[in-house]
Amino acid sequence: MKFGLLVSEGPYTHQASDTAYQFAVAAVAKGHEIQRVFFYHDGVYNATKLTEPPQDDRHIVNRWSALAAEHKVDLVVCVAAALRRGIKDEVLAPGFRISGLGQLVDSGIKADRLVTFGD
Amino acid sequence: MKKFMFVNRKPPYGTIYALESLEVVLIAATFDQDVSLVFLDDGVYELVKGQNSKAIGIKNYSPTYRALEGYDVEKLYVERESLDARGLTEKDLLVPVEVLSSAQMADLMAEQDVVLSF
Repeated sequence: MKFGLLVSEGPYTHQASDTAYQFAVAAVAKGHEIQRVFFYHDGVYNATKLTEPPQDDRHIVNRWSALAAEHKVDLVVCVAAALRRGIKDEVLAPGFRISGLGQLVDSGIKADRLVTFGD
Repeated sequence: MKKFMFVNRKPPYGTIYALESLEVVLIAATFDQDVSLVFLDDGVYELVKGQNSKAIGIKNYSPTYRALEGYDVEKLYVERESLDARGLTEKDLLVPVEVLSSAQMADLMAEQDVVLSF
């Protein structure tokens, strides 16, 4: 099955991004495709390479980058939400790209299921 | 064409969810999909007439709901129980809506291809 994911909360503050990541890893392991992960609202903070968690904690941003590199998952950050919050191309971690909300709608159209992670 | 439903459950101010939800709706409207909006829980406050947000220094974006018609977004549904619980009626709202019971709302949700809740 082809899944689109929507992450609408920031990393560390909220478990949404952890759960979305774990869902993506489990789906890929079962042979499904993650068509795209779209980051909206504070979810755009998942994309900044300036993130430096304590060493004994998981690195949420690098984890997404690794997923993108290993499984060619399209990580898209909403441009309007990103600009509001100071997320620009120059701070993007590898594997992320900034694009419009149309990419979320497109995911809803093309994926078999669009699964949202947030409140 | 897919059926997209946007479920608005949060008050218009206090968090950005309601405003950013509306931004997705406006984009979805340009994709030639079947778009509907649902307002329930505190989300019904998003549609209340006469909003004045000056004192909190945040833009009153509620006039945008009136512009939805121009984007061919005409399916707006409000849950009756949520209105009742807040002492509101259809007359308090700034756009024409269809008021549905929870049970009718559940049926409508079951028909959708994509449900996004903000």
